[in-house]
Amino acid sequence: MASGEAVPAAGHRPGRVGPFLRSQMRNIAPFLTLILLTAFFAFASPSFATLDNFGNILTQVSVTGIIAVGLTFVILCAEIDLSVAAIANVTGIAVAYFTLQESYVNIANVPMPGWAAILLALALCALLGLVNAFGLTVIGIPSFIMTLAMMQIAAGISALLVRGQIAYKVPPLVSTLGSTSIGGIPWIVIVAALMLLGGHLVLTYTRFGRYVYMVGGNREAAEYAGLNVKLILGSVMVISAVCAGIGGMLGVAHFGSAQQNEFDTYLLDSIAAVVVGGTSLFGGRGGIGNTIVGLFVLGVLNNGLDHVNIDSFLKILIRGLILLAALVINVYAQRLRERAAD
Amino acid sequence: MPQDRSPVLELAGITKSFGGVEALRGVDFALYAGEIHGLVGENGAGKSTLMKIIAGLHPEFSGRFLVDGQETRFRSARDAHAAGIAMVHQELSVAPDLTVAENVFLGNQPTNRLGIVQWRRMAREAGEQLARFGIDVNPMSRLGDLPIGQQQLIEIARVLFSGARIIVLDEPTSALSPPEVERLFATLQRLRDEGTGIVFISHFIEDILRVSDTVTVFRNGRKVAESVAAATTKGALIEAMIGRGGEALEHSYTDDLMLPTSNGGSVVLKAEQLSLARSLREVSFETRSGEVLGIYGFMGCGQQELSRILFGKLTPDSGTLSVDGRPRRFASTADARRAGVALVPESRRAMLFHQEPVYKNISISILERISALLLKPAREREIAKRQVQQLQIRPPVVGLDLGMLSGGNQQKVALAKWLSYPPRLLVLCEPTRGMDVGAKNDVINIVRDLRQRGLAIIVLSTEPETVLSLSDRILVLRRGAVVREFSNEPVSKDRLLAAA
Repeated sequence: MASGEAVPAAGHRPGRVGPFLRSQMRNIAPFLTLILLTAFFAFASPSFATLDNFGNILTQVSVTGIIAVGLTFVILCAEIDLSVAAIANVTGIAVAYFTLQESYVNIANVPMPGWAAILLALALCALLGLVNAFGLTVIGIPSFIMTLAMMQIAAGISALLVRGQIAYKVPPLVSTLGSTSIGGIPWIVIVAALMLLGGHLVLTYTRFGRYVYMVGGNREAAEYAGLNVKLILGSVMVISAVCAGIGGMLGVAHFGSAQQNEFDTYLLDSIAAVVVGGTSLFGGRGGIGNTIVGLFVLGVLNNGLDHVNIDSFLKILIRGLILLAALVINVYAQRLRERAAD
Repeated sequence: MPQDRSPVLELAGITKSFGGVEALRGVDFALYAGEIHGLVGENGAGKSTLMKIIAGLHPEFSGRFLVDGQETRFRSARDAHAAGIAMVHQELSVAPDLTVAENVFLGNQPTNRLGIVQWRRMAREAGEQLARFGIDVNPMSRLGDLPIGQQQLIEIARVLFSGARIIVLDEPTSALSPPEVERLFATLQRLRDEGTGIVFISHFIEDILRVSDTVTVFRNGRKVAESVAAATTKGALIEAMIGRGGEALEHSYTDDLMLPTSNGGSVVLKAEQLSLARSLREVSFETRSGEVLGIYGFMGCGQQELSRILFGKLTPDSGTLSVDGRPRRFASTADARRAGVALVPESRRAMLFHQEPVYKNISISILERISALLLKPAREREIAKRQVQQLQIRPPVVGLDLGMLSGGNQQKVALAKWLSYPPRLLVLCEPTRGMDVGAKNDVINIVRDLRQRGLAIIVLSTEPETVLSLSDRILVLRRGAVVREFSNEPVSKDRLLAAA
């Protein structure tokens, strides 16, 4: 059998550093970005590189991080979920809706025990995720459009529940996890870290995680391998919605209030965290590790810009430009990798 | 031969390596205008790599590259295109969602002075060109709706009629029926007479000898022989290709082959009255454990659709399936897999994960059996290693990304993933397409071994040799209907062709 002789006898690969680096571009570039940004802000502002401020950054990215866990699954499957922020919002509002509010809050709410309120809120976000899953897999609506519709639907439910008012009370468990600390570490940071860890373990060590990568890598091949592709796609949509819901509940406790449009910036932030971290928009490459790096890039950027005393209107533009740069790297890394594998 | 003129394309001392390993070593190659130049060699010998260099797809290589005597470097396929070079790739590369006419004129649609596409003119001219090529389709229909063989013909037609001066065809005939091959050859010869330089790669050595003026043989990245086609023989070419005496491989299939009597194994799959739109009409058959059922027919006879129905990817309009006596209705490919059916489709691209290592490609369909929740990578690698050894996959490194393997080895990986926990029924579509002699024999041995182990196997192919060399019983499909069954009787290539 002489076929395949033209192929490298890998294992020992002399002079393969170049291709290796190129194939790792996706992981290296975001990390370099993070180091450069950190170095820049540390140099530009004395108040940036302090332990206190590090804690601030961790707290600031926690809600985004919780939402980004589920979104990582979705993007790894080469789908997108534009409804995460709206689902976070409606879940946060729902948990407050089912909690007894102060008398001056003018909301026709339905008070319930804390555990019931939490379960109902979780059921709501899971249900919205199921609707996304149904639209994507059974009806066949592209996820981009399906979740765009869901974004409106969730915002609509939020509007109906609060009717322009603001609610403040949430169940004690939620308010503890969202707004208190233990041993100096905010609970919300611990929850975010645990969820990121959980997501990583699922993606790396479970059969389901492998399927997620395979479906994202080549959907047709996954189908020819006899995988239930629709079930996997549906599952990631539900996972995404539930993660968003948890982020929403803790976020409401963290901010101290539940109101309409509270999470609007989190859609862009969570997508940015996943993509800036280097998870491929074409699916099959990346993971929670990348998302964590992406979260820190965003966190350092947002926090650092506050420290260097910059025009707050300019900040928005800068964030946009950094996101664009990350997208360019993301697409470029894919190309380099393909060339390295060629 | 036009050896006195200067070549339109000349490559000298071409060396190309992938990750430190040389795929081409100091290759010289010249193509003259008005010449058909045949290339033969086993899989991984370097033919396709050389052609990709010519087509501008591998911009990095060392050596001299001259077009019309001018030293040139193509940085992209676009540069090659601008220099008048066009290529038909081994694997289909068409735009399924565009119309037939748009595909024929892809990249150079006729436009008026305002740059608006002239649809009517485009449709008319596409229709005329295809008709000259013997393809009778509506130029405004969606390409993806046509059978795969016609899509391939249309892709070839696009390149042939693109006005290119240099045309490269990589395995163009593997998916074509004999009359289609005849028309292709007639067209190639006409283009040659008009002054086009043509490179023709094929595993069918008779085809190469029939149509080429010059033949070049590759082995292990080197050019090992070049000769005027009329002055060489099939035996000599095979010997040069594999570097050993080739007489034994030159088995003639025009001799009658005796199909065995039924082995009396239990019925594994029973298909009754399967019909699907315009593709299949009341197809019924059964297949037994320890038996290989060959299904032969020309491209577009409904084989592909049939295989997809068996694996739950398509739902028939009517008819029933039963596996081991139990009626089955597959809602998804996962249902089919759990019922014990496995499919290896004809396209490698469609069923492999090129960015993932070999072992993940092999273990994907059996993960459910070896891990309930948590993955067991060590066990996966161990299973993959066993398969890689058994199937002689090269290089034998299970951690290597699949994309680094040659085509024939990828095909073996595609097979390997079903072998660790073999299914009850294995459906193979074109299992040896595009493979060299050695790899073909390997696949034949694998299939025989599986039959020995009691699997029911269905081989669907448009290549009579494949069906003949593997099958215990043969069905012939024509236009979606079973027109002939060969069992317990002599059969030959002629008889098969006559039946189809």
